[in-house]
Amino acid sequence: MQAERVQPDTVEFDVRTDEMLINMGPQHPSTHGVLRVVLRTDGEVVSSVVPHIGYLHRSAEKIAEKLTVRQYLPFTDRLDYLSGMNMNLGWALTVEKLLGHRVSGKTRHLRVIIAELNRIASHLVAAGCMGLDLGSFTPYMWTFREREKILNLFEEICGARLTFSYLLPGGVKEGPPEGWLGRCEAFLDQFEPVIDDLHALLTNNAVFIKRSASVGTLPPETAINYGCTGPVLRASGVDWDIRRDGEPIYTEMYDGYTWRVIAPVGGRYPDDHPYPPIPREAAVGDSWHRFFVRMLEVVQSMGLIRQAIEKYAAAEGELDKPIEIRKKLPAAGAYLETEAPKGQMGFMIIGDGSAIPWRARIRSSSFCHVSVLPELCRGVLIADMPTIIASMDIVLGEIDR
Amino acid sequence: MAELLIKHLSSPEWLAYTIAALVHCGLLLAIALCSAAVGEWLERKVSARIQDRLGIVRVGGRFGWLQPVADGIKLLCKEDIVPKAADRPLFKIAPYINFCAVYCAYLALPFADGWVALDLNAGAFFLLAVLGLEIFGVVLGGYSSGSKWSLYGAMREAAQVVSYEIPLGLCVVLIVVVSGTMNLVEIGNQQAGWFFNWYLFHDPFTFVAFFVYVACAVASTNRAPFDLPEAESELVAGFMTEYSGFRWVFYFMSEYAAIFVVSGLGALLFLGGWNGPIPIAWLLGLTADNHEFLGWLGNLLGMCNFIVKAFLGMTFMVWLRWTLPRLRVDQVITTCLKYCVPIVSAMLVGAMLWSFFLPGGVIAALTKPDSFPCSAWERTVPTLCVGGERDSGAARKEARMQSLPAVRSHAEHGNEGYFQEENR
Repeated sequence: MQAERVQPDTVEFDVRTDEMLINMGPQHPSTHGVLRVVLRTDGEVVSSVVPHIGYLHRSAEKIAEKLTVRQYLPFTDRLDYLSGMNMNLGWALTVEKLLGHRVSGKTRHLRVIIAELNRIASHLVAAGCMGLDLGSFTPYMWTFREREKILNLFEEICGARLTFSYLLPGGVKEGPPEGWLGRCEAFLDQFEPVIDDLHALLTNNAVFIKRSASVGTLPPETAINYGCTGPVLRASGVDWDIRRDGEPIYTEMYDGYTWRVIAPVGGRYPDDHPYPPIPREAAVGDSWHRFFVRMLEVVQSMGLIRQAIEKYAAAEGELDKPIEIRKKLPAAGAYLETEAPKGQMGFMIIGDGSAIPWRARIRSSSFCHVSVLPELCRGVLIADMPTIIASMDIVLGEIDR
Repeated sequence: MAELLIKHLSSPEWLAYTIAALVHCGLLLAIALCSAAVGEWLERKVSARIQDRLGIVRVGGRFGWLQPVADGIKLLCKEDIVPKAADRPLFKIAPYINFCAVYCAYLALPFADGWVALDLNAGAFFLLAVLGLEIFGVVLGGYSSGSKWSLYGAMREAAQVVSYEIPLGLCVVLIVVVSGTMNLVEIGNQQAGWFFNWYLFHDPFTFVAFFVYVACAVASTNRAPFDLPEAESELVAGFMTEYSGFRWVFYFMSEYAAIFVVSGLGALLFLGGWNGPIPIAWLLGLTADNHEFLGWLGNLLGMCNFIVKAFLGMTFMVWLRWTLPRLRVDQVITTCLKYCVPIVSAMLVGAMLWSFFLPGGVIAALTKPDSFPCSAWERTVPTLCVGGERDSGAARKEARMQSLPAVRSHAEHGNEGYFQEENR
């Protein structure tokens, strides 16, 4: 795939004729967590990449065989710790699918607000950290400043900033406090100009485009073969979003909402909003497009949240109470994938008649994204490695579990 | 200063010169270290404000003035770690080489008219040559650290700084051609008067060359967006990874001192040096003709002006660092060899032709046809005739007087072109 990449014009090739084996080790300012990447390089040009994972393995799946499904919820927070609410949602929906439990409309609308707020928060981290890895420190600060506001909202609603354990199977822990919805809307109103600032500093920045355009181009067939999902898959031009194309128990959460799936189908993005122009150096499926898809998804999430706030206020009834702590599971299995910010997060629970599951399996999107790295990084320079890893937006919590 | 000592204290000549040299070195060391300290404060405060946070607010009042001092003391007290795989003698000496090279550049940098430690006739050449010695410290540091990552940083640094010395030198050569001298004090004096005497406004070629100079200065001091050798996200700290405590302070000081030097050099070559946009010193009568002390005051004002310009350049570099991502190494070298060098070469040819055929600067040529044209030819010819040395204060004074606006209007020279030999 990378064979036709043009060699850089002048690179300081050393007099060495042998290859160097370099360890971008587990402690590294640039890899997003404790990921070890072993590079075989010839000067600055990387010839092979082997990622080593497992430094954050915490036996999450084994622990699930010891706790009830409600007791296990805090462990799901720690998988993709940057979007804990989406992890909670995935687990909760899987349990509801296993039990055949359906929540009311009001709960669904609140879940949409929470899940999309966390999507914005996670994409802010992705955007800021991609800038950080490329050497641009300022957008990192600005995105984290905005993320603080979202985390403040979450702290008001559930008491925690990172590990929420809020979206329980069957419902939510507690309803939002007084004025919370108004504060959500206030946040969205003041957030729109910040997105323009980020576009100016990153998306349309000539240096950023030079560093990320046509770097790590992932063809759509390779993406599908390796099981890539989420923004990574959509940036390669595949029109697939499981909020629209998934199982009914999940897609009914988004019934009645107007939103667009962000994917450069035929090279063109949806035109429901004045998005920044695409530079001509960027090829569909490269790091720039993966970054761009996330920026556009933030705008879509904002629209979803506004609609959800209206629907939640207009919905009748009460929020559902969560299932009891020691609810017995049927002797059956259920698998459900949800659209987490980083990709499709799948949970499988096999019950055996008691309250404790017999087996739980977690399928994370970042695992597949890390496995496609060797394919993408053949023939790039060392300085392109942080760009590609950052554009994949991996988090080791959900890779190692 | 040596003459002062000899006159007033009747000390033997060798002693006077030694004391003068030591005082000069001490003053320059103070300026170099202060520039490092203020540079660090500036970096932290400006970066904080750009990033929507406060920055240092604790040490030394609300603005954290004493933070650099506190940092210096802390780093002095740190453990001196030399890695096991390191080459001990080279590891220890590398930071000092770096600092010495940059400090030598201070020796030739003039802060006001005549206020320079070494008034060299080839000052520009000396400064550029000495700045290039910085490379040794970096490469030695990277190699002797015994770590592959440090080596990578050192290799990148070597490629980058050596590449950017070329367009940097060409920008300086351009000014040398326009001004007719490599003596930095002369170059500063020729820009006396109003701001349109600055070489920035001399002709469109020097105008463009200024921006190329800025880019090359940023690149040759390893500041973002060209800070690949110290790329934090990729190489931890590049060649400085294994350095801690006071050894690291030397690298740090030499980086900020170098930033001050290239900013100061840019201010001197293009922005008039110690001459302000408005000739306040001349308007207030603070010149040496009126009284020696007043002349000294005028020079002090000029020095403040120079330092302010250098710090404005530093602030710009800090601003640039915290705004742009960093370029990849091949993009850095491409920018140098494919963009900077051709542009500055074209500018050099243009400026040479302009100086040869057109008198004076753009503004002077367009607005004041009676003004004394400072064309290179007219400056070079008398220099060649006299013997190539502009050492007497009288010649300097005369040149300065000619370029002042009041004198200009009463100039007895006619000024249609450069065929004015009959009036000289």
